[in-house]
Amino acid sequence: MPDCNQTEFLICLASKLIEDRTTAFVGTGIPMLAAALAKRLHAPNLVSIFEFGGTGASLEKLPLGVGDSRTFHKAVAASGICDMMETAQRGFIEYGFLGGAQIDSYGNLNTTVIGQYWPPKVRLPGSGGANDVGSHCWKTIIIMRQHDTRRFVPKVDFITTPGYLTGPGAREKAGLPPNTGPYRVVTNLALMDFEPETRRMRLIATHPGVTKEQVIENTGFELPVADEVKTNPTPTDEELKILREKIDPERYYISK
Amino acid sequence: MDVIESGIGELFQPPDPDGFREWVHTKKNTQMKDKVMAEHEAVSQFVQDGDYIGTELYGTVRAPMSLIREVVRQGKKHLRVAGQGIHEIDLLLAADLVDALDITYVAWEVYGISACPRRAVECGLVKTTDWSNGGITWRFKAAAMGVPFIPVRSMLGTDTLKYSAAKVVKDPFTDKPVCLIPALFMDVGLIHVHKADKCGNCRIEGISGFAHEMARASKKLIISTEEIVSTEEIRKYPEQTVIPYYLVDAVVKAKYGSHPGEMCYRYWRDGEHLQQFLKDSKDPAKTMTYLDKWVYGCKDHQQYINLVGMERLKKLESEIGGR
Repeated sequence: MPDCNQTEFLICLASKLIEDRTTAFVGTGIPMLAAALAKRLHAPNLVSIFEFGGTGASLEKLPLGVGDSRTFHKAVAASGICDMMETAQRGFIEYGFLGGAQIDSYGNLNTTVIGQYWPPKVRLPGSGGANDVGSHCWKTIIIMRQHDTRRFVPKVDFITTPGYLTGPGAREKAGLPPNTGPYRVVTNLALMDFEPETRRMRLIATHPGVTKEQVIENTGFELPVADEVKTNPTPTDEELKILREKIDPERYYISK
Repeated sequence: MDVIESGIGELFQPPDPDGFREWVHTKKNTQMKDKVMAEHEAVSQFVQDGDYIGTELYGTVRAPMSLIREVVRQGKKHLRVAGQGIHEIDLLLAADLVDALDITYVAWEVYGISACPRRAVECGLVKTTDWSNGGITWRFKAAAMGVPFIPVRSMLGTDTLKYSAAKVVKDPFTDKPVCLIPALFMDVGLIHVHKADKCGNCRIEGISGFAHEMARASKKLIISTEEIVSTEEIRKYPEQTVIPYYLVDAVVKAKYGSHPGEMCYRYWRDGEHLQQFLKDSKDPAKTMTYLDKWVYGCKDHQQYINLVGMERLKKLESEIGGR
C-alpha cells in the first residue's frame, strides 16, 4: 500500500470515477470527499446535488451533513428536497453515491435493519435518500469501506435500495427507470463492476498488494473475475495533499 | 387500476383529504392577527397527546429545537412522528413520548448512529414504518396538494416498499408499475425560520428543505423564528415568503432556536454539544441527566440560552461563514 490509509485510498479511487461536466447526487461521508476532490482536480465543472436543496456548491469547505450550509455555499441554487428528488426522477442526475451495511451480488443494499424487520436485532439509520438515489440516478457508485463476508452477503437482510434486484430485467419489471442501476463498487480491497449479461458483481481491479484470491475470500457470494484484472492507481501526492490540507483538515473522515 | 403490491407497514395517519379540506375551511382564515406567543403557550394550545407531529428541517440544520424541548418539557405523550430526524427525534424518544415513527433516516451523519432510536425500536417500544426521504417528502407534497396520493418511481422492487404503507399499481397511462405514496396530513408541524412577521409570514434563507410542503400539510402549524420583522418588510419582498400567514397558528420568537444545530448565515452547529449528547445517549441514565440539565432544568428557551452562554453562541456565529 502507498503511504496513505485505506479511507484515503478509497476516496481517491472513487473520485476518479466521476467525470467532468456531469452531475452527482452526493450523500454524507466519503461521497462528499470524493466529489470535493474531483472538483478540485479533474472535474471542476461537476455539479454536486445535495438532497435537501444545494445545487452546484463550491465545496470549498467539507459539508458535515447533506443539508448543512456548506452544501449550498456559492451554489447556483438552494431549493428543497422535492426539487432534488424530482430532478433525479426526471433523469438529469448521472451519478449517485451510496454505501451500506450489507450488499449482495446484484448490488442490492441494506441500511435498514439486521435481522427481522420489527423489532430488529439492530436498527440501522434507514433509507434516507438512498432508495431514491439508487432508483433514479443513471449510474450508482457504491462505496463499502470494509470488504468482508459479513458485509458482502448472499442475501441482504433487507433491500433498502435497489441494485439489480434479482437479475437482468428485474428493475424494469418492478417499474424502475430503464438503464439505471449500480455501476461500480469501491472497497478497501478492490474495484468491481456488474457483468452486463448477468448483472452480477464482477472483480475488475485490485488495490496494490491485494490479490484476486484475497478479494474472493472476503466476498460472501460467488464473485466472477474479469478476463483482465487491473491494479488500481495509488493516490498521487497532489491528491493526498489536497485531501489532507484542503478538504478534510479536521480529519472528520480521513482519519477513520 | 390494478394493485400489484401493497406495503404491509402500518399507516399511522391514513389520508383524509376531505377532512383536511373541512379543517382548512373552518380553522384557517385570512385574518391578519398577531399570533406571537411564548413557546409554553403555543405548545400547550396546539399540541395534544396522541397527535401526529413533524419537524423540519432536521436535527443539526434549522430544526425547531426550542419547540421540541418545550414539547418534551410538557410531556406530550403517545405522539406519532414523521422521522427525518436527528437530535429532535432523539429527545422525544429519550423522553418516551413516541408510539410510532414513520421512519426515513435516524442517524447523525458524520457523527454516527445515536443509541436513542436503536434502544426504542430494538426493544419494540416504538412501532416503525419505513419510507425513503423522497417518499416521505412526497407524502407531505400530496397532502399539500390536497390529494390522497401521488405516483412516484421510488421504493419499487424493495423491502423499503414492502414494509411501508405504499402501494404499487399498474399505471393506466403507460401500463408500467408505479408506486403510490399516501398523503400525510399532519396534526402539527413545527418549523424554525429565519424571519417572520407577527402574523406568521415566514422567510427562510438558504435551502428550504421541505418547509413549503410540511407547512401546507399541517392542520396546526407552530413557527419559531430567529427574528420578528414588520409586515411592511414582508410586503416589500413578497417573493421571499415561503410560508404565508394563513397557514400559521402560532409564532414564537426563538433566537438561536436551532441550537445545537446550525442556522445558515447566522450560526454554525455546536459540534461539541452534539457529540456530547451522542456519547451520553449510549447510557440511558446519562441520557436522562442530559434531559434534566438541558430540557427539564430550563423553564424556557431563554434559560436554555443562558445555560449555553453567550460566549459559546458568539463563537458559533463567527464560525458560520458568509455567503
